[in-house]
Amino acid sequence: MHAYLLRRILATIPVMAVVALFVFALLHLSPGDPAAVIAGDYASPADIERIRHQLGLDAPIHTQLGIWLWNVVRGDLGTSIFSGLPVTKLIGQRLEPTLALTVTTMCIAVVLAVPMGVVASWAAGTWIDRLVMVFAVLGFSLPVFWLGFLFIFGFSIKLELLPVQGYVSFREGLLPCLQHLILPSLTLGIVYMALIARMTRASMLEVLREDYIRTAHAKGLRPYAVLLWHALKNAALPIVTIIGVGVALLIGGVVVTESVFAIPGLGRLTVDAILHRDYPVIQGIILVFSAVYVLINLVVDVLYTFLDPRIRY
Amino acid sequence: MLATERETLYPPVLSNESRLRRLIRRHPTMLFGLGLLCIMVLVATGAPYWGTIDPLELNPIERLRAPSIEHWFGTDMLGRDLYSRTVYGSRISLFVGLCVAAFSMTFGLVIGLLSGYHRHVDSVVMRIMDGMMAIPSILLAIALMALMSASVQNVIIALTIPEIPRVVRVVRSVVLSLREQAYVEASLATGARLPRILLRHIMPNTVAPLIVQGTYICASAVIFEAYLSFLGAGTPPQIPSWGNIMAEGRTYVQLAFWIILFPGLCLALTVLAINLVGDGLRDTLDPKLARRM
Repeated sequence: MHAYLLRRILATIPVMAVVALFVFALLHLSPGDPAAVIAGDYASPADIERIRHQLGLDAPIHTQLGIWLWNVVRGDLGTSIFSGLPVTKLIGQRLEPTLALTVTTMCIAVVLAVPMGVVASWAAGTWIDRLVMVFAVLGFSLPVFWLGFLFIFGFSIKLELLPVQGYVSFREGLLPCLQHLILPSLTLGIVYMALIARMTRASMLEVLREDYIRTAHAKGLRPYAVLLWHALKNAALPIVTIIGVGVALLIGGVVVTESVFAIPGLGRLTVDAILHRDYPVIQGIILVFSAVYVLINLVVDVLYTFLDPRIRY
Repeated sequence: MLATERETLYPPVLSNESRLRRLIRRHPTMLFGLGLLCIMVLVATGAPYWGTIDPLELNPIERLRAPSIEHWFGTDMLGRDLYSRTVYGSRISLFVGLCVAAFSMTFGLVIGLLSGYHRHVDSVVMRIMDGMMAIPSILLAIALMALMSASVQNVIIALTIPEIPRVVRVVRSVVLSLREQAYVEASLATGARLPRILLRHIMPNTVAPLIVQGTYICASAVIFEAYLSFLGAGTPPQIPSWGNIMAEGRTYVQLAFWIILFPGLCLALTVLAINLVGDGLRDTLDPKLARRM
């Protein structure tokens, strides 16, 4: 068990190494000279040389790679070109709203989608099943920002139930925080829900076909008991996988949703960095998001061993 | 429950029914999606003939008008007819979607075939692909767009690259499962060389899952192009694309909601159509996978 864990953790290192290499290459693949961009339009060649030396861009490329990797491992992700602040500080400032949004979305999505999928699989072939499948396909096809604007228009402007945009930290009160978070979470969560509901239904359908389910019914267990304790437990593996894989969708959606709802999180930071061509920040954010994604998939893999003791590797 | 389920998946065959009727009964959603997609393609290709005026024509007197007889979808903040802009925007979206799907399938097929067959190439290539898949697609696309100037061509490149690893995975899994088959060994024994084995024996088996994957890539490319344009990192603002139109309309949510409503509706319908077609193709071409989904 511990050997499996160790092996799994070690397997993430080459993946992160490739990500780091790619992120490093990003700065050097950029057209034009980063030093010239920082120096501005009216700088003399001497100024540009000075800035290049400051950034360490005049060293040979393998030295630069080594220095950059060493800095990353120590936690120094560079300095933002646009604002001059260290990238880690920028990320730290924006982390909380994004985290709040993502966690709320995941909770809402899992809590709503898994029962939907279970009910759909139980009532396979009826209108309930049809409805859930329609929702699944629709949810996957709707663009996130359009949905966001629809919600804003409907709930905030026309019905005036919820605030239009913005973020309030939960330290300033739980209710305002939730009020500001519910529309973005629903927007972001619908795509995630569609994916999870679909996978839950498919996985449950496969499990409900099995002989041991028939045995459980024959033994006289209540339908709910059979559904929850026997079927869902065995169907959980693909569902947990898709929850892990869907986090990539979530991260992508976060960027767009924060833009729509004006939440000052990491997504907005990314968009601003792109518009200003602020490469150190872009590099840092990609590293952080990729690390989070890899970590979540690691957690999912470890969860497998708890859900299905037969998995030993 | 088992009987009804069996009936929905394999409805009974009535012998006097025409094949067309049977097709409609078995795959109603796929045909609906196909019909919708055909309409979209017709509208996009015949854009000048569908009652549109010049999408770039400014008409400040008519700015922010609600949908009416003269302007079916209303006008935007510069007085441009929204219907025309939406119709011309469909060209960009569909073009980008098709190109991304075609290029990613081609590159993914080549890399996947080679990687699945040679173990040494495989270990290197899969490490790179795993690394690329660890970065969420849209972040990768955004980062690539930050390196390049805004143009439709660069958007296509930026959207193709994140999709290649998934195609490589699919192709590679097929190749791995077929590599040890008897007929491959037989053709090796008769002296066939690698290109012939790959092209003649292994590749035809990859076509079905590849096409299914291709439709999903097309759908996600259309949506991601809209996301990129909305964030300002996609098609340049002078070319009307659905994402651009919605980005311009975001400050007018209260005043002129139709600027966001109509392009988004068209986008949703297009992606829905492509997804339905993809699901239908998957049901037909790969029944084993269909039962699981």
